Amino acid sequence: MAEDALFRARNLTKHFKITQGFFQKLKMEEKQVVRAVDGIDFDIQWKRNFSVVGESGCGKTTVGKLIMRLLEPTDGKMYMKDKDITQLSSKSELKAYRRQTQIIYQDPFSSLDPRHRVRTILEEPLQIHGLGDSREERTDMVMEALEEVRLTPPEKFLRRYPHMLSGGQKQRVSLARAMILSPDFIVADEPVSMLDVSVRAEVLNLMKDLIDEEDVTYFYITHDISTTRFFTDYIGVMYLGDMVEKGKVGDVLDNPSHPYTQALLVAVPEADPERVRGTKEVPISGEIPSGTNIPSGCRFHPRCPHAEEICSKKEPESRRVEKEHTAKCHFAGEIDFDLDVAK
Amino acid sequence: MADNTVLKVDELSTHYLTSDGEVMALDDASFELDRGSSIGIAGESGCGKSTLAFSLLKQVQPPGEIMSGSIDLDGIEVTELSEKEARRKIRWKRISMVFQGAMEIMTPVYTVGHQMREPLKYHKDITGKEARDICEKYLKMVNLDRSIFDRYPHELSGGQKQRVVIATALLLEPDIVIFDEPTTALDVVVEARIMNDLKRLRRELDISMLFITHDLSILAEVSDNLAIMYAGWIVELGDANKIYKDPKHPYTEKLMAAIPDIRTDIDRLEYIPGVPPNLVNPPSGCRFHPRCHKAMEVCREMEPETYTVDGVEVKCHLYSEDESISKSQEATYETAYEEEAASESYEGEKGKEVSEGLEEVAEDEVMEE
Repeated sequence: MAEDALFRARNLTKHFKITQGFFQKLKMEEKQVVRAVDGIDFDIQWKRNFSVVGESGCGKTTVGKLIMRLLEPTDGKMYMKDKDITQLSSKSELKAYRRQTQIIYQDPFSSLDPRHRVRTILEEPLQIHGLGDSREERTDMVMEALEEVRLTPPEKFLRRYPHMLSGGQKQRVSLARAMILSPDFIVADEPVSMLDVSVRAEVLNLMKDLIDEEDVTYFYITHDISTTRFFTDYIGVMYLGDMVEKGKVGDVLDNPSHPYTQALLVAVPEADPERVRGTKEVPISGEIPSGTNIPSGCRFHPRCPHAEEICSKKEPESRRVEKEHTAKCHFAGEIDFDLDVAK
Repeated sequence: MADNTVLKVDELSTHYLTSDGEVMALDDASFELDRGSSIGIAGESGCGKSTLAFSLLKQVQPPGEIMSGSIDLDGIEVTELSEKEARRKIRWKRISMVFQGAMEIMTPVYTVGHQMREPLKYHKDITGKEARDICEKYLKMVNLDRSIFDRYPHELSGGQKQRVVIATALLLEPDIVIFDEPTTALDVVVEARIMNDLKRLRRELDISMLFITHDLSILAEVSDNLAIMYAGWIVELGDANKIYKDPKHPYTEKLMAAIPDIRTDIDRLEYIPGVPPNLVNPPSGCRFHPRCHKAMEVCREMEPETYTVDGVEVKCHLYSEDESISKSQEATYETAYEEEAASESYEGEKGKEVSEGLEEVAEDEVMEE
């Protein structure tokens, strides 16, 4: 892709080995492996947000942790501005990388230390990275970060403890904590899923404003497809460790080409009673299989309404549906899915 | 009371008597629920929707107390029941509840069956075998295999646990089932399936359902009627189709607008600036006026009455027949909207709800230093 790619992942893989019990070892059972992320590729361009959607257990959070280097990839490469970040050898290199890349967690209620005041929470990253010479200077930076996330006047918030903040305010403190190091790239793992609908919109608007104000790019992990169109430019749909469809968010949502994406779209609740009052058929059955036992061929075939013989035998290649829009399905672009959702 | 009405709530108020003052969590709520129909209660956190549900079960925890009003559950006056009577007569039997985060409410040390059987054993004099049969029947009804009965909660997925909890709520064939955020922790695909099951169960069993959620998009699928709550008040109540199509109250309007649409490209999401008020000391007049985009001068001074517009009940001055009220002068005071625009200057009153304890904390810190 274009040279302005900020972040690239190639064949990114993470397999977890399951710890065996004493008797399993004794019986010399084969070690089981959970293929949480199974060789995915994606590019993220500068200031073009990328969202990853999928059910729980599809590996989307693992991808986020791999990007942060909180987990070691089993295989594959990741490049940040063309620098191979899987090869960061020394601690200082890793530290420098983590200054560029920050993470926001899902649960603002537990990701902020209840015993620390907002100032201490925001000062910590500065201390770790040796920014600001004096306490006064750091306090100024903390105030600036609070202003950035519209927690104004900042003096009022400095001395508060997390329990004195509302859910939306807490999540904005998390955002400030990530922003205070002026990162290029932020992994946002379900940042608004615990918030009320009205507050959710406020936080997402703010995050979107910061793209231009602070030159930041988000990797947005969510199970809520309805917010992706507003917030991101590109989308990747994950199923059982693999990215089955990706492309521009408008293309993918208007013309979903993988049966799994279509099912996800049908399932999205809509605030229009006339459209949804009847029983809507979600076209997939069963639940997501375990990552230890990934089906042969196309990993989606046991739940797929369009599965044919080939699907259980051969793993599908990525097929191009539109420019920058690919789907890993043998029949991508061929099956005409009669979907109300598409328009 | 019409024959078909199974629940009639009349001017119900539930307050929490805390050391900081009286929290008016629910004020003058009135609505009716017909047999076999459903109502959705929506609003932000802290608007009183869960308090309403607990009041219906006569299960408000101290310092909460039902202050006034009545709850007529098919002839039983719930507010007058003692704790023991409530337990014996209504809970689970007449009205049951599927709690928020239902997936965590099962004890990990007992099998699913052991936990499901409990309400049956308490209310009915039956043998273990009979109880098992009834449980299996209901498990089947929520699309679960009956082998689930002998499993432990950790062996089930989130969606399966949620179904078990729903099945348990149905065991004693209650008239009403309350669902408090039934699907928030679930994935969309599982959520859609469970919603389908609920629609089917309502038809098959002819039960009334009361849904509580902050997410209006879920309610669109399941509720016949809708009650929008704000700061302890029901601000809009009526037919769901009508409210979705043409929301009357400014709060409902904004709440609807905050839902992102996956069909169209939008640049900004609508939201409601400011935070819900502290209910110890709610705003004067209309409780929504500090955040309202249509606020008028009168809104700060006078509590609005409930008007019926086009079959929908709305608690807003805009719909008053008295033109001196409905066309009152535009607000001269600052609302959250202007503050939002002026958020660069710190003069706004945002964060007004600084808790009393904060000053103490600040002093503490001075001493530390």
